[in-house]
Amino acid sequence: MHELGITRNLVAIVSDAAQGRRVRKVWLEIGTRSALLPDAVRFCFDVVRQGTALEAAELEIVAVEAGWQCSDCGGFGGPGAAQPATACPHCGTARWRRRSGEELNVKAMEVETCA
Amino acid sequence: MCVTCGCNNTADVRVEGDAGGHEHEHEHEHVLADGTRVRHRHEHPSAGAEADRHAHAHPHAHDHDHDHDHAHHHPHDYAHHRDGDHAHDDAHQHSHAAYRNDAPAELVALETALLDKNQRIAERNRGWFAGRGVVALNLMSSPGSGKTTLLVRTLRELAGEFPMSVVEGDQETSADADRIRETGAPAIQINTGAGCHLEADMLERAVQRLAPQAGSVLFVENVGNLVCPSLFDLGERSRVVVLSVTEGDDKPLKYPHMFRRADLMITTKMDLAPHVAFDVDRAERNARSVNPTIRCLRVSSTRGDGLQQWYGWLRALRTIDAVARPAAAT
Repeated sequence: MHELGITRNLVAIVSDAAQGRRVRKVWLEIGTRSALLPDAVRFCFDVVRQGTALEAAELEIVAVEAGWQCSDCGGFGGPGAAQPATACPHCGTARWRRRSGEELNVKAMEVETCA
Repeated sequence: MCVTCGCNNTADVRVEGDAGGHEHEHEHEHVLADGTRVRHRHEHPSAGAEADRHAHAHPHAHDHDHDHDHAHHHPHDYAHHRDGDHAHDDAHQHSHAAYRNDAPAELVALETALLDKNQRIAERNRGWFAGRGVVALNLMSSPGSGKTTLLVRTLRELAGEFPMSVVEGDQETSADADRIRETGAPAIQINTGAGCHLEADMLERAVQRLAPQAGSVLFVENVGNLVCPSLFDLGERSRVVVLSVTEGDDKPLKYPHMFRRADLMITTKMDLAPHVAFDVDRAERNARSVNPTIRCLRVSSTRGDGLQQWYGWLRALRTIDAVARPAAAT
């Protein structure tokens, strides 16, 4: 349930940036290997946004698929590819790195401008 | 703001010696639909998620006082009266009503990491440690893996070689810090309350009080939990994950985040290995499958197996850091 605390961060970041304006929509990027469950974030969002500038905001979660790349040969897989079992399938070294899939980012928001 | 998982904020966190909890008078606990107990700071006296969802009628009523809000809020509230439903069940209606309403809007790029605040404090901690040549290690594991036992023995056997101190994270009690202090090493306890991991600002507070010596090793024993501690950078030099043979050798596959981000895995309780089904080779293979560069050590803190390798790893870290930052070494 670390989603609740992290969702509070989301609401705090967006509320600060909104500077009192009403927020209509928030885009959140969550990597599929980020240890954050999108459904749990949505559930928490409904609780946490009450009484904030995000009260009526729509939450759109954009999933980012996992990808990896080998530090030695540059070979890569993904997005969405299975990670190597141990060694890079192209050159056999174990020096591959995850390049995507662990994102936890607030991408953008749509706010009402002051009339 | 606190990012303590599944619970409230730093008001619950107590660092030994600090004045204690502060301002948050509206705290109360309630139970979410999934049974999770949550301590909450909202004013409304909700006893559950259902009550929470209804409670958001209050802010709407309040908003009517403000003229400029009417344009948006009439269609908003109208939707509520018409179908008696709640904001979140109806997100599309809200947006459409808002668009029809022609309220001007703009798209603002944020591109902010959700854990940005924690990360900034962590980097500040890292700079503080580097400036003083303090090697800070974040020790993580499930509860009962033997972190404290390993530390107690390490502190006894390396006492006099270089200064060491310990930050202990637990939900409650100062039992672990007390055990550490019996060795003569300075220790401070952080109680996270309902929180299940340490965060960078908690470590910052603890370190201000503990004031680790220049050139020392600081062991940070995280709350026993293989999940969320892995998400929160504390500003440590290295991450150590401890796995005991009384757990499962598939833990690295079940909790890949923890093992992927660790620099060293220590398998503990090796003296019990003959009596349990745990396959150490398989556990290390599993750890390397999620993290090809992870180092693996095997120890028994009670019998002493493998401790020299662990001490060697600590000495190597200190040496590397001293070479990299000669001005900070003492």
